[in-house]
Amino acid sequence: MKKRVFITSIVVSILFVFTFLLAASWGSYSISFGDVIKTFFGQGSLLQRTTIWDIRLPRICVAIVVGVCLSTAGCVLQSVTRNELAEPGMIGINAGAAVAVVLLISYGSTSYYDTIGDVALFVMPIAAIIGALLSGFLIYFLSYKKGVSPTRLILTGIGVNVGINAFISLYQLNMSKGDYNQVLTWTSGSLWGSSWKFFWLVTPLAVVFLLLIMWKAKILDVMDLGDEIATGLGVKVERERRKLFFYAIVLAALATSVAGNIAFLGLLGPHIAKRLVGPVHRRQIPVAAGISSVIIILADSISRNAFSPIEVPAGIMIAIVGVPYFIYLMLRE
Amino acid sequence: MNKKAVAFISTCSIIAITGLVVAISAGAKSIPLQTVWNSIFHYEDILDMQLVRDVRIPRVICTALVGGILGVTGAMMQGVTRNPIAEPSLMGITQGATLAIAIAGASQSIYGLLGNTVAAFIGALFSGLLVLAFSLKNARNMNLSRLLLAGTALSTFFISMATIIALLTNKSQNLAFWVSGGFRAVTWNSVKLVLVVGGIATIIALFMAPKINVVNLGEDVCIGLGENPVKIRMFTLLLLIPMCAVCVAVAGNIAFIGLIVPHIVRKLLGQDYRMIMPVSFLFGATLVIWADVLARLVNQPYETPIGLFTSLVGVPLFIWMIRKENM
Repeated sequence: MKKRVFITSIVVSILFVFTFLLAASWGSYSISFGDVIKTFFGQGSLLQRTTIWDIRLPRICVAIVVGVCLSTAGCVLQSVTRNELAEPGMIGINAGAAVAVVLLISYGSTSYYDTIGDVALFVMPIAAIIGALLSGFLIYFLSYKKGVSPTRLILTGIGVNVGINAFISLYQLNMSKGDYNQVLTWTSGSLWGSSWKFFWLVTPLAVVFLLLIMWKAKILDVMDLGDEIATGLGVKVERERRKLFFYAIVLAALATSVAGNIAFLGLLGPHIAKRLVGPVHRRQIPVAAGISSVIIILADSISRNAFSPIEVPAGIMIAIVGVPYFIYLMLRE
Repeated sequence: MNKKAVAFISTCSIIAITGLVVAISAGAKSIPLQTVWNSIFHYEDILDMQLVRDVRIPRVICTALVGGILGVTGAMMQGVTRNPIAEPSLMGITQGATLAIAIAGASQSIYGLLGNTVAAFIGALFSGLLVLAFSLKNARNMNLSRLLLAGTALSTFFISMATIIALLTNKSQNLAFWVSGGFRAVTWNSVKLVLVVGGIATIIALFMAPKINVVNLGEDVCIGLGENPVKIRMFTLLLLIPMCAVCVAVAGNIAFIGLIVPHIVRKLLGQDYRMIMPVSFLFGATLVIWADVLARLVNQPYETPIGLFTSLVGVPLFIWMIRKENM
């Protein structure tokens, strides 16, 4: 197992570096790999430096943060609900964050991305967290009945997800066509318009909660064994579940506040990681984070370039890859 | 037939008929009942009467038929999968039809009602077969959350594909209206279509009711009674496909009707599908007639998409059902 973990980490790292370089070089102005590396060491031309440092790199960094957050949230939710198909995008948590941000952005203005003021920008993650917490609380509250059964939690989440999405659509359909398309891009999950501001906005909080979750990794392992055994081993199941659920919600909200509602990413990474390094969270979470980052960077590069100059939301690209995998997982059982 | 059933059916019928009348006379332009009556029996060529004949009447007939068909599809699906929360729009069948319509709409060549119906049919067939694969596989040990997650995943997938197509052809808002459902574009042709395709399939479905009863008793009992559960399940799901397809082609995606209606009917009238299915038709029709009236009146003169309306009402009920099911 040790050896396997080692090899996996090496392979994931190499893939990560490769996709990183690819994303930095591929675009409507393409830069060769060599030039990308040169630019990183401060030697590129002005055009290359601007392209990479001001446009592509912030976008890649935001993608990485989003990938890590969603993947970790997925890992936690899968253990907490003891359902290996749980994922923040599908049980309504991302949707809760999304609705809060849509309301915030459109509040008092008729235009969306171009004129978001700095104040609104700083309130955005907070609004997302509040929205996600509200929907998370709603899901938890509605599925609470002498304790929360994992199945009920998931089913309630699916219901809440449908409801919130209906609400967003209702709101969206009253918009003009241009605004509609922008909000659509965002609600399907996209990294369009990412800047360093977005990165610095979410990273500090994300790191705090990632560390908290890593610290609880052992408890997650125990919770996988089932409520009875976990209780027997001295874990206060209901309380820990609530705490971990909270951490996962915050991470999902942070990701959603900058990238919109990206579904399936929290499913793909953790699953592949589990198959590669086993269900021990101390190893699974970092590997899953790496894999998810690779997936989202790739998806984003494709969605930027495949139909250029039209950009397709990255979240949709991930869904198109994610669903067949998901269905394969279900049929395999 | 017991007293409860008679009471329920008669109440439903009265509400449905009132709904029909209200739907024809109320709206962005309200038309007095006298004129409504005259435009049916003493037709003159004036605006109000044209409105009644060419817009309001076909629309209300369509709402009733689509509502009824959705109610029956829900009942059929719940009966054969023995899953109290199965429904075509939660399982991704409707969304498959929507994707196919988006593709047809993008390529322009086969646009129009017939094109849409054919497209919807192909889409529903494809997604229906996928659902069939799941439910056959899990038939013995049906796991609700799995089936529903699979349905959610499939819907996301189909809608994602449709969104890409719509974004690239600059039709995303049109698609969104389609996804949210509505009876804006209904004409007499839509009525004919629903009546012929949906009507035939519904009648066949009603004759299937005794078999659905048997499957609903459980796999083992069903085999013991000399019926092949897999065959019945397959036939029923195949029968669902044209029914779903016409509904989507005419009215877009109207969620939760197929979930709520049979559930309430079952609560009131018991487990007999020979009873549940026709009453579901009646009850579904009633609900959708009134939902459409509300959708038109809430934000006059604009229409609220009816599918969003039914979702916002359906979700709380859905969650309440999950709590009741005790999982």
